[in-house]
Amino acid sequence: MFANFDFDVIRRSLGYLFLDGMTFTLTLTALSAVGGIIFGTLIALMRLSGFRLLGRIAGLYVDFMRSLPLVLVIFWFYFLVPYVGQWVTGASRPIAVGAFTSALVTFIMFEAAYFSEIMRAGIQSISKGQPAAANALGLTYAQTMRYVVLPQAFRNMLPVLLTQTIVLFQDTSLVYVLSMPDFLGAASKVAQRDGRLVEMYLFAAVVYFTISCAASFAVRRLQARISIVR
Amino acid sequence: MIEIRHVDKWYGPTFQALKACTTSVAKGEVVVVCGPSGSGKSTLIKCVNALEPFQGGEIILDGIKVNDPKTDLPKLRARVGMVFQHFELFPHLKIIENLCLAQEKVLGRSHDAAVAKAEMLLERVGLKEHARKYPAELSGGQQQRVAIARALAMDPIAMLFDEPTSALDPEMISEVLDVMVDLAREGMTMMVVTHEMGFARKVAHRVIFMDRGEIVEDAKKEEFFGSPRSDRAQKFLSKILSH
Repeated sequence: MFANFDFDVIRRSLGYLFLDGMTFTLTLTALSAVGGIIFGTLIALMRLSGFRLLGRIAGLYVDFMRSLPLVLVIFWFYFLVPYVGQWVTGASRPIAVGAFTSALVTFIMFEAAYFSEIMRAGIQSISKGQPAAANALGLTYAQTMRYVVLPQAFRNMLPVLLTQTIVLFQDTSLVYVLSMPDFLGAASKVAQRDGRLVEMYLFAAVVYFTISCAASFAVRRLQARISIVR
Repeated sequence: MIEIRHVDKWYGPTFQALKACTTSVAKGEVVVVCGPSGSGKSTLIKCVNALEPFQGGEIILDGIKVNDPKTDLPKLRARVGMVFQHFELFPHLKIIENLCLAQEKVLGRSHDAAVAKAEMLLERVGLKEHARKYPAELSGGQQQRVAIARALAMDPIAMLFDEPTSALDPEMISEVLDVMVDLAREGMTMMVVTHEMGFARKVAHRVIFMDRGEIVEDAKKEEFFGSPRSDRAQKFLSKILSH
């Protein structure tokens, strides 16, 4: 059945697929995860702060982001931001925002909504006695969060954060709507250039599957190790 | 040292947890607070360093009004040690780091000075060899002794104890009480919420009995154990001393 297929196209394009495509995908995943966790933590802190207005704003943001398909957010953000930037800065032309920057900011904003819910659960899993003890020692709110609450919350939530990062790794393939050279984008370019769609998309699926599966397995092992230490 | 005047506290609009509580703790004095569960004794001691907000009255700590919005609470709390029922050591930090964290971040001590102080205090509570372990590796009694050392590392002017032995297995209670007795004998100002009447008899100067959010009795130790004036205190004492 594979007689008409040419799997050699994969071997010939490996360099481009991995050195360019996968590097791009992994860079975007890593930067988005780090940014998403930082902003997600801030949003979680806003939601848990005593200030009702801050909490409301953060809650609306999370609901808004979770109610939109990611691909639309990527698309609209890319086309709207230059005009929003123009409007904000009062420039005479739309400001140029690179596709990578645009995609990165979109992913950070979008993932922050999901990471914030994870961090919120993590912070709430810490008993009230911990911040009380930190406060009693004279630590300020910020110090209590930084040295006592967040390290524990982060540690408790690490497996879930990593699992969400695996989902993010797959989601980065959606940047194809901006025709960017991520792994899937690179595979698709080769596929169309050489007319080898089935081979390339099959290969792309195998690569995403293998990496995600291996990462999930690693997370499960890590989880087992953490739960023993506790 | 600690002045508590007409303190009222409500949980929600209907439940009054503290009703016009007035008492004081003088410098070098050891005051034991006892009473049935739900009587407000833990709430009262948490009001002293503003871990619990209260709505009426005032608390003056070493001349500084606790419930003044202008008071720098972290700074004030750093000067009063507190020991909790459930120890509340930081589980992600080693014992020595538990003792050093606030010394360095709040008092601004150098790492070396903080470590030296921490080791000195761990030696004092008999746990120096456990300095590099994590809290979960220690028994409850050991953890509570670490918690006392952690509070002492801040060179507090007074110590608050919130049921420090209630979560401990019976065989570990005395090792914690021994540390507290030593502290009391050295002249530390202490406010102790506890049911350990043996401890109260040994080192307390005064005993406060609370019931349903009120301070029912506030008397010298001898008077309290000799002839409590209120029925409620008598009943309480007969219940906890009969076994």
